[in-house]
Amino acid sequence: MSELCTESVTVLAGGRALVDAVSLRAGPGEVLGLVGPNGAGKSTLLRTCYRALRPTSGRVLLDGEDVWRMPGRRFARGLAAVLQETPADFQLTVRDVVLMGRAPYQRAFHGEGREDRQAVGTALEALGVAELAERRFDRLSGGEKQRVLIARALAQQPSVMVLDEPTNHLDLRHQLDALLLVRKLGVTAVIALHDLNLAAAFCDRVCVLRGGRLLAAGTPEAVLTPRLIADVYGVAAEATRHPRTGKLNIVVLP
Amino acid sequence: MTRYWSVVAGLLVLLFAVATFGVALGSVAVPPGQVWRILLHRLAPPLVGADWPQVRDTIVVGVRLPRVLLGGTVGAGLSVCGMALQALVRNPLADPALLGVSSGASVGAVLVVVCGVTLFGQYSLSAAAFLGGLVALLVVYALARSGGRMTTVRLILAGVATAQVLSAVASLLIVTSGQPQQAQAALQWMLGGLGGTGWDGLWLPAVAVLAGTVVLLGTARQLNLLLAGEEAAAALGLDVGRFRGLLFVLCALLTGVMVAVSGAIGFVGLMMPHITRLLVGANHRRALPVAALLGAVFLIAADLLARTVIRPEEIPVGIVTALVGGPAFLWLMYRRGLA
Repeated sequence: MSELCTESVTVLAGGRALVDAVSLRAGPGEVLGLVGPNGAGKSTLLRTCYRALRPTSGRVLLDGEDVWRMPGRRFARGLAAVLQETPADFQLTVRDVVLMGRAPYQRAFHGEGREDRQAVGTALEALGVAELAERRFDRLSGGEKQRVLIARALAQQPSVMVLDEPTNHLDLRHQLDALLLVRKLGVTAVIALHDLNLAAAFCDRVCVLRGGRLLAAGTPEAVLTPRLIADVYGVAAEATRHPRTGKLNIVVLP
Repeated sequence: MTRYWSVVAGLLVLLFAVATFGVALGSVAVPPGQVWRILLHRLAPPLVGADWPQVRDTIVVGVRLPRVLLGGTVGAGLSVCGMALQALVRNPLADPALLGVSSGASVGAVLVVVCGVTLFGQYSLSAAAFLGGLVALLVVYALARSGGRMTTVRLILAGVATAQVLSAVASLLIVTSGQPQQAQAALQWMLGGLGGTGWDGLWLPAVAVLAGTVVLLGTARQLNLLLAGEEAAAALGLDVGRFRGLLFVLCALLTGVMVAVSGAIGFVGLMMPHITRLLVGANHRRALPVAALLGAVFLIAADLLARTVIRPEEIPVGIVTALVGGPAFLWLMYRRGLA
């Protein structure tokens, strides 16, 4: 179990703060949702966590250690990212793509070991893409690609997962499956989500970003109030408890 | 896996055959069997008695063998360089000429041929070509790194622009030389050729290509990560900027060494990686050895054509690689549904 913290992370670009002194913490085993309108800085904040973008100031801590000072391989064994970026149109098979997740464990001139093959096999099974293993990645549908990329993160056997809109391109069944899987893994997770109901159903806590600032953080019930939704998104909404699931149910009123 | 090994085995057989014919055929044909007897005799004289005129031994061992070996070396080198660069810029259209190194080398070589600079004696041409390539490399690298980290787009733009400028300089030198013969010789060099190679011109490119290929194989996993995209590669623990820089310098140096001895042979570095991926996929651990074999086979065969089709004249091998390779590539592309 690991924890991931951002410590007043700020990202400046062209004199504008894309992320403005955001501090948040995902405790061991906690699933933290990141919501907010387009351009709120969700993706930018996540990028500083998976080492694609160095924060202008502030630190990102994985179990108390600055991720930007960790050796790359050790970092990638602890944290895995599911991004919106997909592999280029080279003839990679699904297995090749998932195998990339084992790179932090492998050494130059050494082939795949038993553990690597096992981790890849397990990941392929978990996402239901085992039968696609020898297919070409660039010929898959958007949803299949997304599941393969989640499988790649799984093959990394991380203790923290960072997911940027993992339900994009997924149909309803696979949206639920993907998020259920993350919950079932029991890893610490930070997930950027557009769908507030999914956020409410699967996240222990929700952080709301707007204009690069952290606006609110807390349990879905405490945070995702009609007032805040009206304030952040500029839409009227109703938040009730769903009679069957007992979860927060948000209905946007046209 | 079995398919992979049958591809490798097939290429090894092909390499053996094409190398044998490369040594056997030419203005004086030597029977293929005799080629191997001559070579065996050289290696272990008691095993095979010499029953051929001495001149054949000279042709086989002194002239044609080093040329075939150089062809194999350069073909393999261009091919693995092309494959690495395509991963580096994440674009299947990249090839070694993209870095501007070939054009820089051309300027160096043309200066020697046209202006008669002979600073390094008989190695003047190769040395000048290598130095020219090195200067181009430094320029492109500096341009690509200016303003912080090296991005793919900046690297491509810097490379393409530098290559264009240097090609223009080389052409200008040729056109304004006022010496038709030298101009002709310079043009010949720019189109690439493996002629006039001796054993002493072989060891440097051979060592460089071998070492470079081993290094690239050692970084096969990182090359794969680059295909995943810049951010994904970073998330998987790769220091993308540093790895790119190292890879760029390695490929540029390798290209410089090869261009210095063989001229700017086009098309091999672009095409062989594609065919390789069609055969065995893009995973570099499997693809790089196949690319090397394929490049070697192809360039030895192209050189054989170049010096036998209109004997005793020689066509610059770069023309053959493009003339034969282009249509073959297009045919493959449409048949296998690439893209």
